[in-house]
Amino acid sequence: MTAAYDLCCRECGKSYGVQPLSICDECFSPLEVVFDLEYARTRFTRQAISLGPLNMWRYRALLPVSDTYEPETPAGFTPLMQAPRLGARIGARNLFLKNDAVCLPTLSFKDRVVAVALANAQAFGFDTVGCSSTGNLANAVAAGAARLGLKTFILVPSDLEPAKILNTQVYGATLVRIDGNYDHCNRLCSQIADRYNWGFVNVNLRPYYAEGSKTVGFEIAEQLGWRLPDNIACPMAGGSLITKIRKAFSELVALGLVEDKPVKFFGAQATGCSPISLAVKNDTDIIEPQRPNTIARSLAIGNPADGPYASRAIRASGGWAEDVSDVEIVSAIQELAETEGIFTETAGGVTTAVTARLYAHGRIHPDELTVACITGNGLKTTDCLHGAYKQTEAIRPRLSDFEAFVEEQNATNLELSPALSLAGDSHVR
Amino acid sequence: MSVKVLLPNAFQKHTNNVREIASTAANLSELVTDIEGRFPALRQHLRGEDGQIRRFINFYVNEEDIRFLGNDKYSFKEGDEVLVIPSIAGGCA
Repeated sequence: MTAAYDLCCRECGKSYGVQPLSICDECFSPLEVVFDLEYARTRFTRQAISLGPLNMWRYRALLPVSDTYEPETPAGFTPLMQAPRLGARIGARNLFLKNDAVCLPTLSFKDRVVAVALANAQAFGFDTVGCSSTGNLANAVAAGAARLGLKTFILVPSDLEPAKILNTQVYGATLVRIDGNYDHCNRLCSQIADRYNWGFVNVNLRPYYAEGSKTVGFEIAEQLGWRLPDNIACPMAGGSLITKIRKAFSELVALGLVEDKPVKFFGAQATGCSPISLAVKNDTDIIEPQRPNTIARSLAIGNPADGPYASRAIRASGGWAEDVSDVEIVSAIQELAETEGIFTETAGGVTTAVTARLYAHGRIHPDELTVACITGNGLKTTDCLHGAYKQTEAIRPRLSDFEAFVEEQNATNLELSPALSLAGDSHVR
Repeated sequence: MSVKVLLPNAFQKHTNNVREIASTAANLSELVTDIEGRFPALRQHLRGEDGQIRRFINFYVNEEDIRFLGNDKYSFKEGDEVLVIPSIAGGCA
């Protein structure tokens, strides 16, 4: 290998150099970016990283961009936070949250993958970019393209949350609402990418795009003081993120930045769209497609392209996958906000509820260092909390009124049970 | 009875750049045989070592995944449009 990285077919091994392509023309399997780790060895060091910017580009030596690329879309380096109060509720003593609810610029982990995809779109000379999206990717592509002056065509299911639609259109993107679900959008995108010479971040740019997810794993290891956790709990839509965190850890081990140790990977889905979780439970990497029916629309991919790889990675690690109901998802969103001050979207509710269940069922030991990945922001899916909080009557601006209000509150609180129970909490021993 | 079949760019190297065919196949199994008959070079690429169609290749009928319609059990109808689309995944680790 002469370049820092190369596009390769993971099934048959055919090499494609660096070009906008995602499917092997020999066996029609997905292509993946593979790095020359020997070349990276002198460039991807703890010291070199520490001198880099406080964003995901500090790991650029293992991201598929040229040595001369000047990043214009800083994203990542989000907080890794201990979660003692949530932990106390769910029986965890060493729980951390990777908080991509505050990933910039559009408040989801998709800003990371889009930063890498658009860098490649520019390098390949595309003036128009696009994607199929369940929302967060649409927001990230729209914002990133606006910053780089690229034209956009973004395909979304027509029933997407209003906030995610607004958060795409505000950047001037051309939004195409599709009368169908994400899988319909994605299929149409494949056809469009075959016809038009555009850069679709999750079609012909997908191998590059997916590498951006590795930065979640690099950051977790660095923020833990260059060590790996015992467990990762991660939401799954297409199934890419969990495999890329695993790849990041493998690369860190191969280059000697962290000590090798087993890490278990746990996947989280909504029961209304759980093809990967089901495959893991059935001990297979064959994915049976589903028709999604869940409020967790950002995870509603019924035919997840990376599903086989995600299932394989989880099972090979000794981990597990679970899925939770819509009611549990909403409870978990509230619980995470109340205990740790993090307002996540439905996908984060899925991860939180599944994490709780994993402790409850004894699949994660309370003392193990566990990182749950929160990938999106609750301000984008406020509709799922519609009617959850009643508004009190306005009081006059008088101290007496305030005192009466406090008295009333105290009386109400006494009537209520001591604590809301988190999804899965009833199983806690 | 004839159905319209749209082939992906990834196949074109093996189909002399043919993107679209009309087929009289009655079902998926017959359609695959028809495609392989027209484009013999495609056959070895379409099937894995086990002789089965590679799992990353998806078939859709009028926007519906053929797996939801019963795969081989589905009988094509006049005017059906069949899409052949490889899965696009980010690759594995």
